[in-house]
Amino acid sequence: MMAERFDVAVIGGGMVGSAIAVGCARRGARAVLLDEGDVALRAARGNFGLVWSQGKGDGMPAYAAWTRESLRHWDAFADAMSAAAGSDIGYRRSGGLVFALGEEEWAQRQEDVRRLHNQIGGPSTPVRLLDRRALEDLLPGTPLGPRVLGASLAPEDGHVNPLLLLRGMHAAFRAAGGAHRPGAAVDAVRPGFTVHRGEETIAADRVVIAAGLGTPRLAAMLGMRVDVHPVRGQNMVTERLPPLLPLPASAIRQTAEGVVQIGVSYEENLWETATTVAELARMAARAVQVLPPLARARVVRAWGALRPMTPDRYPIYAQSRVHRGAYVAVCHSGVTLAAAHAGPLAEAILAGQLPDLVAALGPERFHADAA
Amino acid sequence: MLTRPDTGALTILFEGTPVPARQGESVAAALLAAGILAFRTTAVSGAPRGPFCMMGACFDCLAVVDGVGGVQTCLVPVREGMRVERQRGARDVAAEAVA
Repeated sequence: MMAERFDVAVIGGGMVGSAIAVGCARRGARAVLLDEGDVALRAARGNFGLVWSQGKGDGMPAYAAWTRESLRHWDAFADAMSAAAGSDIGYRRSGGLVFALGEEEWAQRQEDVRRLHNQIGGPSTPVRLLDRRALEDLLPGTPLGPRVLGASLAPEDGHVNPLLLLRGMHAAFRAAGGAHRPGAAVDAVRPGFTVHRGEETIAADRVVIAAGLGTPRLAAMLGMRVDVHPVRGQNMVTERLPPLLPLPASAIRQTAEGVVQIGVSYEENLWETATTVAELARMAARAVQVLPPLARARVVRAWGALRPMTPDRYPIYAQSRVHRGAYVAVCHSGVTLAAAHAGPLAEAILAGQLPDLVAALGPERFHADAA
Repeated sequence: MLTRPDTGALTILFEGTPVPARQGESVAAALLAAGILAFRTTAVSGAPRGPFCMMGACFDCLAVVDGVGGVQTCLVPVREGMRVERQRGARDVAAEAVA
């Protein structure tokens, strides 16, 4: 039997793969999205939903610039995904905060903001420091705890409902004629290119491996070395509450429906998504210091997910030098970077060359001798 | 509507009105037996909601019990004199903290 043939086969139906696939399909490419489905170790399920530039790219100007590029495209991208999904994906660009609790954190916050400001290329977007009084002016009626001494504010940041975003991207992909194929993991990818899943073989002129933690195994089949390890993040959500916090903040945000989402842990090299009382208690205690009335709120759900993390935590983008047309994209900032993935990255993949903006984000930075 | 041969020896108050209750039953059971079907309105659209699962899973039986909002009334046994009010929209934890 002849294999089905596509212009682009994207392996991975999470945040990264879906964004690239929708970007290719909307540019007229015949695209297939090979998606293991919800049994996958989908980092997309554990995402906090921040569309976030603040603090990104400290020590890596290219990541700051790429994040800035994504934010530039986010408004139009969100509108397109909401339109395709037939419902609002919940994107709000309201500005984003990082709270400082106590003198030590406040001093550190000020130093971090200044350091990033002085880095070559500067921060990805402008960041302002707000002392307690400025913060109270910005958030009238928000019951801040006494240890909140200040915060940094990135006015261009925002948040989105990550589950609706993923659903919106899948809907937009199908609406643009893309073939969404959930339900099985990819067994192998071979030069040429062919992608193999059970009895199924799919042929494509280009293949994009965006399989999160599954990326290293598949990339190796095309001779590409990509190092990714799991970092568990835990999340919890409260019952719906009246508006308390109008702006999203690092590790605490309130959704449009009133739920307060509290994050987030950073646990390296665990291959399980369970939650732990110790981490959840630590996260909740910090949230209560920021907003003391949360002490009375009920947590209705907690869950864990594995983020795909690279050795230096920055994204990896690559095109194989041997097998032109084979690409890798892996990162833990799948929501923030979704607009860049669906925009300039998809466009560049169709044109046959990665964007200049990601030139410094290749895997050769980890093993220069292998270049 | 349910009819019960024995309405019970206890009395709770729903929105200030006495409702008979039997020892050992849940608040939700007592209210349903009294013909009260809507315990709360939703936080998003304000639509009325009442008990659906009666086993702690659906969160549709929420009410304010003795001043504490968001209580799953299907999981709480009745006590004599308990005050129950409708949960109107989202639970206001900030106001409770002040109270």
